[in-house]
Amino acid sequence: MATVTFDHVYKRFPGDVVAVNDLNLQVADGEFLVLVGPSGCGKTTALRCVAGLETISDGELSIGDQVVNDVAPKDRDIAMVFQSYALYPHMSVYDNMAFGLKLRKMSKTDIDARVREAAGILGLDRYLDRKPKALSGGQRQRVALGRAIVREPKVFLMDEPLSNLDAKLRVQTRAEIARIHRRLGTTIVYVTHDQVEAMTMGDRIAVMKDGLLQQIGTPEELYTHPANLFVAGFIGSPAMNFVTVTTAGGELMMGETKLSLGGEPARVAAAQTPGKNLTIGFRPEHLVLANGSDGQAMRFPAVVDVVEYLGNEELIHARAEGNDIVALLPSDRKVKAGDNVELAVPLDRLFVFDPETEKALVS
Amino acid sequence: MTATSPGLDQAGPEQGWFARQHIGLHTALIVLMVIWAIPTFGLFVNSFRPATEAFGTGWWSALFPPYNFTFENYAHVLGQSNIGTNFLNSLFISIPATVIPIFVAAFAAYAFSWMEFPGRNILFVVVVGLLVVPLQATLIPVLSLFASWGIAGTFLAVWLAHTAYGLPFAIYLLRNFMGSLPREVFESAAIDGASSVTSFFRLALPMSVPAIAALAIFQFLFVWNDLLVALIYISIVNPDNLPLTVSIAGLVTSQGAGTEFLGAAAFISMALPLIVFFGLQRFFVRGIVGGSVKG
Repeated sequence: MATVTFDHVYKRFPGDVVAVNDLNLQVADGEFLVLVGPSGCGKTTALRCVAGLETISDGELSIGDQVVNDVAPKDRDIAMVFQSYALYPHMSVYDNMAFGLKLRKMSKTDIDARVREAAGILGLDRYLDRKPKALSGGQRQRVALGRAIVREPKVFLMDEPLSNLDAKLRVQTRAEIARIHRRLGTTIVYVTHDQVEAMTMGDRIAVMKDGLLQQIGTPEELYTHPANLFVAGFIGSPAMNFVTVTTAGGELMMGETKLSLGGEPARVAAAQTPGKNLTIGFRPEHLVLANGSDGQAMRFPAVVDVVEYLGNEELIHARAEGNDIVALLPSDRKVKAGDNVELAVPLDRLFVFDPETEKALVS
Repeated sequence: MTATSPGLDQAGPEQGWFARQHIGLHTALIVLMVIWAIPTFGLFVNSFRPATEAFGTGWWSALFPPYNFTFENYAHVLGQSNIGTNFLNSLFISIPATVIPIFVAAFAAYAFSWMEFPGRNILFVVVVGLLVVPLQATLIPVLSLFASWGIAGTFLAVWLAHTAYGLPFAIYLLRNFMGSLPREVFESAAIDGASSVTSFFRLALPMSVPAIAALAIFQFLFVWNDLLVALIYISIVNPDNLPLTVSIAGLVTSQGAGTEFLGAAAFISMALPLIVFFGLQRFFVRGIVGGSVKG
C-alpha cells in the first residue's frame, strides 16, 4: 500500500496538446480515488502516467516515498485493469492470472495459492481452465481484476473497467470492486467518465476538464459545494439547472421576473456592480411546486413542456423566461404538459456563479 | 428486397434472397474452380499416357476406350539415379529458407509495431520499398558476392538468398498483423513485468500464429517451386546440391526430347506442397482474413 503524489505534473503530446496541466494531487494510503471528467479531459493520461505507460513531461510523480518519473512500469509495483480487459487470448484464465507472478520468479506453490485465492474472491474457480474467448464480458473483466489482485501491488489503477459491461453487470461489478477494496485496503486510482460510478465508489473524487483539475473532494463535498460551473453541472443526475440573471439595484432579474432572494445569495447579489450578470444554479431534485407562502425560497413562474413519469418521481421539463428548467418532483401532483406552475427553490439550495470566471460565489 | 421466391416456399422472402445469393455464389465458385483445375487435371491424365499418344491426341481422348495408361513416365522419373537426392536437397533448401526469414521477419515486425526507436517509419518504408526490386536484377551481383565469400553453390547461399528475397513481404505482412494486436495486451504485460523479449516470445508470437502459418505456406511453396534462384546460385557451381526443380527441368533435352516425363515429374514434385497446404489449410484461410478483420 502506498500514497500516490502528483507534484506539478504536466504531460504534453506533440502538436502542443497539454493532456495533463499542472496536476497537484495526493492520493492517500488505502484511499479509493476516482478521476472523473468528460472524454479528452486527461484523466486516462494521468492514470497512464502513474502506470509508467506515459512519461511525464514535467513535475514529479511519486508512489509511496519513491519518485517514479524514470521508473519502468514493471518496477512501480502497480497493477492496472484496462477497459478492454487486455487479457492474453491464448492463455487460460489460470495462466492469465499467473503470468505476472511467473515473470517475478515466484514459486509454483505460492502462485497456485494466490491464483486460487483470487479466483475464490471473484467466483472464477470453475473457469480457471478456460480461454478468455469462452467467457462472458463480466467474467473477462473479473479475470482482469484477478490478474491485478494476485500481484498484491501497492496501487491498483483502473481505467474505465466497467464501460464495456451492460448496465446490470456494471452495478454488480461496481459493488464487487468496492468489496475488494474494503477487503484488501489497497490504494485505488479509478478513472471513469460516469459521474454515478464516481459518486458511488470514490472516497474522494477528482474532477478534471481540459487537463486541469477542477476540484477534489468527497462525493458529498462535490455535490453540496461545487467549486465552479463545470463541477456543478457534471456532478449530479439529472444535471443542475443554470439560469442567467441580471443585478439591478439590489434586485435580481431573471428576464422580466424579479427574484426575491435572502441570506447569502442576496448578500452576494447586492455586492455586485449593477447590470452585472450572474449564473444561478439549482438542482432538479431541490425544486418544488411553490405553495405561496414560503419566504425562504426563490420562486419563479414556468410553463411545463414535457412530463416524464418515472414511477415514484416525475421529471418535469419546463420553460421559465427562456431558460430550460428540469425539475424532479414526486409523482403525486400530476402536473401536465402546458400547465403554468410556480416553482420554488429553498434559498440554502441555491448556487451562485460568476459567469466570467465560472467560479462559485455561493455554494 | 422483394418477395419473389416461389421455389422456396418454406423460406421467408429474406431467406429466399439469401439462398439465391448463395446459389449464385456457389455456382460461380464451382465454375471458376473447374476452369482453374482443368489444365492440372489434363496434366495428371497425360502423365499416365505413353509419349506417342500424349503428343498425338488431346488428354481428354484418354478418358474414352480404348484405355491405354502406363506408369512408364513415373518409373522413368523415379528411376533417375539422383531423384531421391534432389528431393532431399529440395527439403534441405526449403525448410531453412522458410524458417529463417519468418523468424527474422517476426522479430522485425514486432519491433516495427511495438518498439519506439528513431527512424522506425522510414526504415519500414524502405523495407516495404524493397518489394519492388526485381529478383532478376540481383542475380549477378549477389552471385559474384557469394563467389567472393566462397559460398556459391552451397545450401547457405540459397538460404541467404531466399531469406533476403522473402523478408520484405514477410515483414510487411507480419507487421500489419502484429500492429493490429491490441496495444493494451502489451501494456498489461509490461506492467506485469514482461521485457520486450518476453512480450515477443510469450505474447506477440503465439498471437500471430495464423499470420505466421499463412506466411510459412507462401514462403515454403515459393522456395519449393523455385527454379531460378537454385539454378543460378547452385547448379552452375555445385550440381550435387541441385533441388528437384532443376533436375526436373534437366529431364528435357535442348532438342525438346523427354517432355513426356514432365507431367509425372511435376506431380511427384507437387506431392509435398499439397500435403503442406492441406495440413495448414485452416491457418491459410484464417491468415488471409486475420490481418484485416478484428477477432
